[in-house]
Amino acid sequence: MNIVHKSIAALLLMTAVSSPALAQTTVKYMTFSAAPNYIEELDATIAAFQASHPDIKVEYETQAFGEYFTKLQTLVAAGQAPDAFELNYESFVDYANKGVLADLNPLIAADAGFSTSVYNSTALAAFSQNGKQFGLVESFSNVVLFYNQDLFDKAGVAYPTAEWTWKEELDAAQKLTDAANGVWGDFAPIQFWEFYKTIAQNGGAMFNADKTEVTLDSPQNVDTLQWMVDKVNKYHVTPTDAETAGLSSEDLFRQGKLAMLRTGIWLLGDFVDNAKFNWDIQLEPGNTNKAHHFFSNGVAVSATSGNQQAAYEWIKFLTSSKEAVDIRVKAGWELPAVSDQAAVQGYLDLPKPEHREVVFQALDTAVTPPVIANWNQLTDIVGKELEAAKLGQKTPQQALADAAAAVKGIL
Amino acid sequence: MDGVTGRGKYVALAVLLLPSLAGMSLFYILPVISSFVLSFSKWDLLTPVQWIGIGNYVAAVQDPTVQQALRNTLFFIAGYLPAVVAIGLGLALLLNHKLPGRTIFRAIYFVPVVTSWVAVSLVWKWLLNPQYGLINFGLSLLGIKGPGWLFDPNWAMPGVILTTVWKDIGFVAVIYLAGLQEIPENLGEAADIDGASAWQRFWTITWPMLAPTTFFVTTISLISSFQVFDQVFIMTGGGPVGATTTMVQLIYKNAFSYSQMGYASAISWILFALIFAITLAQNLLQKRLDRSNG
Repeated sequence: MNIVHKSIAALLLMTAVSSPALAQTTVKYMTFSAAPNYIEELDATIAAFQASHPDIKVEYETQAFGEYFTKLQTLVAAGQAPDAFELNYESFVDYANKGVLADLNPLIAADAGFSTSVYNSTALAAFSQNGKQFGLVESFSNVVLFYNQDLFDKAGVAYPTAEWTWKEELDAAQKLTDAANGVWGDFAPIQFWEFYKTIAQNGGAMFNADKTEVTLDSPQNVDTLQWMVDKVNKYHVTPTDAETAGLSSEDLFRQGKLAMLRTGIWLLGDFVDNAKFNWDIQLEPGNTNKAHHFFSNGVAVSATSGNQQAAYEWIKFLTSSKEAVDIRVKAGWELPAVSDQAAVQGYLDLPKPEHREVVFQALDTAVTPPVIANWNQLTDIVGKELEAAKLGQKTPQQALADAAAAVKGIL
Repeated sequence: MDGVTGRGKYVALAVLLLPSLAGMSLFYILPVISSFVLSFSKWDLLTPVQWIGIGNYVAAVQDPTVQQALRNTLFFIAGYLPAVVAIGLGLALLLNHKLPGRTIFRAIYFVPVVTSWVAVSLVWKWLLNPQYGLINFGLSLLGIKGPGWLFDPNWAMPGVILTTVWKDIGFVAVIYLAGLQEIPENLGEAADIDGASAWQRFWTITWPMLAPTTFFVTTISLISSFQVFDQVFIMTGGGPVGATTTMVQLIYKNAFSYSQMGYASAISWILFALIFAITLAQNLLQKRLDRSNG
């Protein structure tokens, strides 16, 4: 009896002592954009959040982009969805349609002193559907032309300008390519994402405006794919897959073996640290049109989360607080989608590369991903046919006709 | 179970088997049943299941990607199976000699078998690298320009086959070694006295005596090669241009990338039916051969 009494007393005491800790809510957060380059920044953001919200603890899990959505959908199906998670725009549409996300409007309405005017309104609207705000916009990014100034100087070629078209690009690339030293003039991957943007630079598109018809094999698109393939197989200004042999285009750029590279601004921070030569950025050359990628990430709260309020507090902080925005801007961890001009100015003021404003100029000719319901199938089908054209198994005409036929089947 | 009779015996057996039975039903039998049930449905993991009867099976039979995956899998088997059996047997015959340090050699050849597929795949990806890989470097010393291997649609599957044969010959060799121990030595001695050559001895004594082992090895390897996945997933992801997309790779894609659980389940059951039918045919063939020999 005595022992039991003592134990109960001890238990009560322990409960009393630990009750403040028990009141803490834990928010589980899952992200792809932080891994592997921006873990420190995520940790710093969480530390700042927990300092101002001592009752909430954020636990995060990162997953590389390639496996992120497989993992997330399995967690959701198993009823183990994290309280808050990152979604890129392409996947957001699918998740919102399937009722997996919580409508944030009631939480925003109840949040005195907070207004969504802190966000860039167009970017925020991308994460709403039928009047419901299913996510807060976190960041955006795009793709521009990176170029190695030292290689241009060495070859005596003038730097790219905003007026350049594919023609000037090819002329320069031919002068810059130095096969004996393994230096290539130009690089753009031949895959789904690059393709839907490049066809826009030639006045083409994958679908008609309301996405009811497939226009993949239009003459402009066939010409575009021909140009993409010719850079590799005819002009030899871009290496083949076997020639790059598993090295990524950013590896080649960092090593000073690529003169021009179309790639994402998410590499700005990496190149500032690791590309030991002079380089800058410029708008991408187009053929008949200018066109640039536009990617956006948002953060959503799970419809089944028991901690929606706390999860909302966290994603609001992550996307709009001054602390989070400053950390993001300083690291070049994509761009915060906030309306505050001062935050953007901080980004422009960073010393390297010289023409950072190009990132914002590119937004004027932004092309959003051609999202349809069977998105992953679309990217696989088109990607496979592009690969066949790249490897010379099919003519661009044949590859795009086959892709169009297959895409009709999933539309 | 001496002394325990009747019911008590079964209770004791059940209790002893419970841990493994529980694991088996939870992680094998239950998923097998649910995949069969799901194969008659449309389910994207996130929204409720819809029942669509045999629609998935009808679609799968007509699906060109399924046909391509089946062709690729058969290509893999055609390259892998004869090679792994022949080289494994050759290795067993060598290791069966009383060579100095043969225990060490046996261990060395078995190491790849127990190495994880992830590690093996990554190492072979480097070995097969067209620019910096050891294999193409070796070929270049012989004056041969090596192929693009995993980057070339015609060479990617041979690359995967090469890797898989390398990993599995140790397993085949060990089974054959056991088979070789079963052959009575006096048969070989008798043949020697009769003046048989090494080749005659192998062909008339060793090979027929190994028939049951060969049957076992072929069956096991055939079943596992229909299910080839790990190395493909890591080395090529099914590419380039779908050249290495095998049946299981396609099932994985449909299930976890396209969120078509029902369709993926239906393809799984088609694959099961195929393996079952082939193994059955193999069994019947073997029985008939046994009878005609015996």
